[in-house]
Amino acid sequence: MASFFRGHLYEAAAMILFAVGLTTLLLHRNMIKKIIGMNIMDTSVYLFLASMGYIRGRSAPILEDGVVSAEHYVNPIPAGLVLTGIVVSVSVTALLLALTVRLYKRYHTLDIDQIVLLARKGDG
Amino acid sequence: MDLLRNVPFVCVLLPLITGIACAVLPRRGSKFLCFVTVLVLTGANAYSIFRFVSGAEPFTYPMGHFPGPWGNELRSGPLESTMALCLSLTAFLSLWAGSGKAGVHIPRGKQGLYYSVVCLAAASVNALVYTNDIFTGYVFIEISTIAAGALILSRQDGHCLAGCARYLVMNLVGSGLCLMGIAMLYGQTGHLNIDSLRRSLSSPPQPLPISLRTVIVLLTVGLGIKSGLFPFHSWIPDAYSYSTPASGALLSSFISKGYIFLLVKIVVRVFGLETIRASGVCPVVFAFGAAGIIMGSVSATRQSDIRRMVAFSSVAQIGYIYMGIGMCTRDSIIAALFHVAVHSFAKSMLFSSAASLIASSGDRAQMDSLAGSGRRNLPAGIAFTVGAMSLTGVPLLGGFLSKIYLSQAAIAIDTFHAVAVLLTLALSTFLQTVYFLHAVVNIYRPKEKSVHSEKQGILSGAALCAMALINILLGTASVPLYRALLSGFLQF
Repeated sequence: MASFFRGHLYEAAAMILFAVGLTTLLLHRNMIKKIIGMNIMDTSVYLFLASMGYIRGRSAPILEDGVVSAEHYVNPIPAGLVLTGIVVSVSVTALLLALTVRLYKRYHTLDIDQIVLLARKGDG
Repeated sequence: MDLLRNVPFVCVLLPLITGIACAVLPRRGSKFLCFVTVLVLTGANAYSIFRFVSGAEPFTYPMGHFPGPWGNELRSGPLESTMALCLSLTAFLSLWAGSGKAGVHIPRGKQGLYYSVVCLAAASVNALVYTNDIFTGYVFIEISTIAAGALILSRQDGHCLAGCARYLVMNLVGSGLCLMGIAMLYGQTGHLNIDSLRRSLSSPPQPLPISLRTVIVLLTVGLGIKSGLFPFHSWIPDAYSYSTPASGALLSSFISKGYIFLLVKIVVRVFGLETIRASGVCPVVFAFGAAGIIMGSVSATRQSDIRRMVAFSSVAQIGYIYMGIGMCTRDSIIAALFHVAVHSFAKSMLFSSAASLIASSGDRAQMDSLAGSGRRNLPAGIAFTVGAMSLTGVPLLGGFLSKIYLSQAAIAIDTFHAVAVLLTLALSTFLQTVYFLHAVVNIYRPKEKSVHSEKQGILSGAALCAMALINILLGTASVPLYRALLSGFLQF
């Protein structure tokens, strides 16, 4: 077991972070903490992808000193996926933050349960 | 250059470009452009079905001249284009029927942005249907989530703000699970292209490794949450009910169906039915589907707001679709896809006609205040009645056929599935009769005192009549649709 974790340290850390982020997003009542949870969750997937894409002793896939053999370079696709994922999570975060500002201006609270209650009472 | 090969690409790119134009055009111009875009999508998809029926082969379209697995690909076949046609047509009719109310609910300066977001949603749903790359699928899942959030927020009202917050939170949980599933799948196979994934997963080791099972569970649960599968349905009524009617109709019958089609694509094309059956998720999905049908219907009977009733009935209808996917045979998945089409057409009609009925009852949505609204607003009354009858399963309407197809698929598997499906169908038909009959009787009850009735435009009435006609056609002349789904599935 211990040797498994030593070999897959980053993957194990990514899974733990994913669980932390998912629980925060799902169970926390504060909107800002939910957004932080979502970002932790997404970032853990990037850690997972990046750790899979890295091979010890190889370099980034940029042609150097005329070495064309694929054996010298790492696969660039996981890094590309991470970049795409970052763009996606930034835009979702922006939308959520804008929504949170709106909610706070209207209800003066960040607690989602209270907001839902107030919405039912207020405009019903 | 063959026109057919460009249809998938046009269906994704055109709405993205016109969406940008809509944001800067004046109000009327953006509305016109958005309608034209969705109409062009419908026409393009109809053209590709026509070509497939007359003998064209399914194909993949390399984006940027690199074929898979290096480049990104779109794939089109009879199944994809049939689904895309049904969804684009629903989107067009929902927009048409809801455009009057959208003009009232959305602030004047923001309407261009609304139609821009509709175009974005159209692009993302078409991309979900046509993509041949699983990571592109994830990106468009998130884009449609953003579009859906903006569609809900289009009405500046407390209910919509709170509904949107709940919608986004649950949906982001779903997309996070999908992303993790895709990352793990990529780690195990080294592929993102669906054809390559299919090759590398064609003969998985038996018994199935836990890592592969985890991927299947993550993707199913993620997409299940996003399309509102029981028990993750709590966000549905708040999100669908209170926004402008076009948004409610688009969310329930357009965007959520994109996720379902992506799930079917993953089940059928990436893993294959054998592997999914071996993974052990099928009984769970089947049970959740059946539970969703019952619980959604029970909740719908308890609603006094007609919009919330229609939204809870969505939970039940999504349950039918997942019950079909959960049986995991060819016939059951075709039945599920047929129900996707039926539910799209019926539910968009129910949301639009309910909104019209509410408008002709002085903007009150309680059942009691709707008395007589079916007489004041004839097309909306007829459309609501037809939609309610279709989803209840009255013969000669689409809902009846999908119930027949589901039961046939279940009977072909074994006694347990047959008994479970027939019992669920019987109970749900009873419950649906209870709440839809209550609503229909209410809208035709003679009114006691005069109410302020908003004059309904001829255009939205015509849209509702067109929707009712399509629902009747689905029940009486849907053999070509079923055949297209069948032949598409065989070539999928």
